Amino acid sequence: MAAFQLSLPGKRFVIGVPYLWLFVFFFLPFLILLYISFVDMGSDIHPFKPLWDGQAGVLRLKYENYLSIFRVTEGAPWFRTLYIDAYVRSIGYALATALLCLFIGYPFAYFIARSAPSVRPALLLMVMLPFWTSFLLRVYAWKGLLGDNGVINRFFMTVGLTSEPVQMLYTNVSMLVGMTYVYLPFMVLPLYANLVKMDFRLLEAAYDLGATPFKAFWLVTVPLSKAGIIAGFMLVFIPCVGEFVIPSLLGGPSNLMIGRVVWDEMFTANDWPKATALAVVMIALIVVPLALYYHYTGDRSEGGKP
Amino acid sequence: MRALLEKHFGKFWLALVFAFLYLPLLFMIVFSFNSTRQDARFTGFSLRWYEALLNDTKIIDGFWLSLKVALTTGVLSAVLATFAAFVLVRYRRFLGRTIFSGMVNAPLVMPEVIIGLSLLLLFVGAQNVFGWPQRGMFTIILGHTLLGMAYGMVVIQSRLLEMDRRIEEAAMDLGARPHQVFFLVTLPNIFQAILAAFLLAFTLSFDDVVISEFLSGPGVTTLPQVIFGYARRGINPTIYAAATLLIATVTVVIVSYAVWVARSTRKREREMAAAARQELKALGA
Repeated sequence: MAAFQLSLPGKRFVIGVPYLWLFVFFFLPFLILLYISFVDMGSDIHPFKPLWDGQAGVLRLKYENYLSIFRVTEGAPWFRTLYIDAYVRSIGYALATALLCLFIGYPFAYFIARSAPSVRPALLLMVMLPFWTSFLLRVYAWKGLLGDNGVINRFFMTVGLTSEPVQMLYTNVSMLVGMTYVYLPFMVLPLYANLVKMDFRLLEAAYDLGATPFKAFWLVTVPLSKAGIIAGFMLVFIPCVGEFVIPSLLGGPSNLMIGRVVWDEMFTANDWPKATALAVVMIALIVVPLALYYHYTGDRSEGGKP
Repeated sequence: MRALLEKHFGKFWLALVFAFLYLPLLFMIVFSFNSTRQDARFTGFSLRWYEALLNDTKIIDGFWLSLKVALTTGVLSAVLATFAAFVLVRYRRFLGRTIFSGMVNAPLVMPEVIIGLSLLLLFVGAQNVFGWPQRGMFTIILGHTLLGMAYGMVVIQSRLLEMDRRIEEAAMDLGARPHQVFFLVTLPNIFQAILAAFLLAFTLSFDDVVISEFLSGPGVTTLPQVIFGYARRGINPTIYAAATLLIATVTVVIVSYAVWVARSTRKREREMAAAARQELKALGA
């Protein structure tokens, strides 16, 4: 089966190097994260207390860090907290961004896939190019574009669409424009990889059988590209939930997302257990759609991604 | 009629989305040459923001630090990604394969905030126990490599999967030792992908704000961190100047990489065609 076999020590070395690396820098940190989320807050010098209280000889397991995400104090109404708001907002923005990317990106990927094979590499390169230039700088540019005295407002006023500047920066508009802009290539590339493999004669067959273009598209193209749609959706949705830079630059105080809240708890409030508990809940929120995705598509870690 | 409509709508949509993708880049290039701080009116051509950029020690220091970090991250990630991809593609069964494949892929879907936070906790813990490592360049490199390795792995893995393994068998049959097969046959075959992995990890590292913010120490500020600091304060055309230089560099690198790939693919195809012709001639003779 294998073309060449390394000796056992060789094989152990090849597997061992990346394994050890990932264990130390991925698995271990996650365990520490989980551990701290269950202990008591400490002082400035020792930001958290040990789980095992040596003096009293008891285990001090604290669920309070998690409970306080859902209810700030005893007697307060459930689910009416700043944290829940931030989670809901993060998921809302992530969903809206994924949908916007899909509506803009699907036709885009479709027309690239249907263009002449000779121009496709150039078009793809044009999609990738902004993606390789700094994400931070591209987000920053929107700050200049969307500002009250920005290019877009000035354009609107010159055309006569509005007589005074419309506030777009630090609102939902700037948040969604920025996020859609940044994550669009993540939607386009898997969709393209999927659509380019499609046999377009199937569409001709549908036309010959009397389907309208819309019907043919809806009943033939879309179902065939389902895997690409789901992959693109996940690739946009997941990083959006934890987005940190875009809300910091383009969002206002009312656009607070959970990534920022974790940061504030960690460095401003110095409440490490709370910050880690918030992070653990965030991981759970991401793992659920991911698990569903793998459940429906099967584990493709060996199948090669686009 | 239908085809015509589709063709025009297609062109229109492509143009529209490309305009959306390139508007911010174009905006920064144009306004980096502006003579005033105005962000909507071009008041005249000037190079003052480039001058300001070159005299800004924070930006220059950040640039050199980021370059060092990104180069180290790129090399480390490419090496580790090659190991990881090789393990995943070639070793179908070993103890803990599922955990391994999960751990390699997980950084791709973990928000950077969580990667940064959990690594910070690890380094703080290690510092309490061993007195090492100090937070700074070293810890930033480790954090970036975790991410760069995961992305690089995807690239190298897909190349390894499509590689024709019969050429390795042929080398073995001709008496090559396993390490010779790897270095003389496998590695040259996946070299393009390893280079792509390096570039990807380099770019990720050179661009990263979040992980650096978590893992940097006092006095250690990467270029994106400097820019992030400026950016939160308001409009600063110096940043546009930095962006313009970066866009120019990236364009040159990416386009030359694409040309190089296209050329070596064509060369390989030509060589294969020539070999096939020769074989046919030999058979005919």
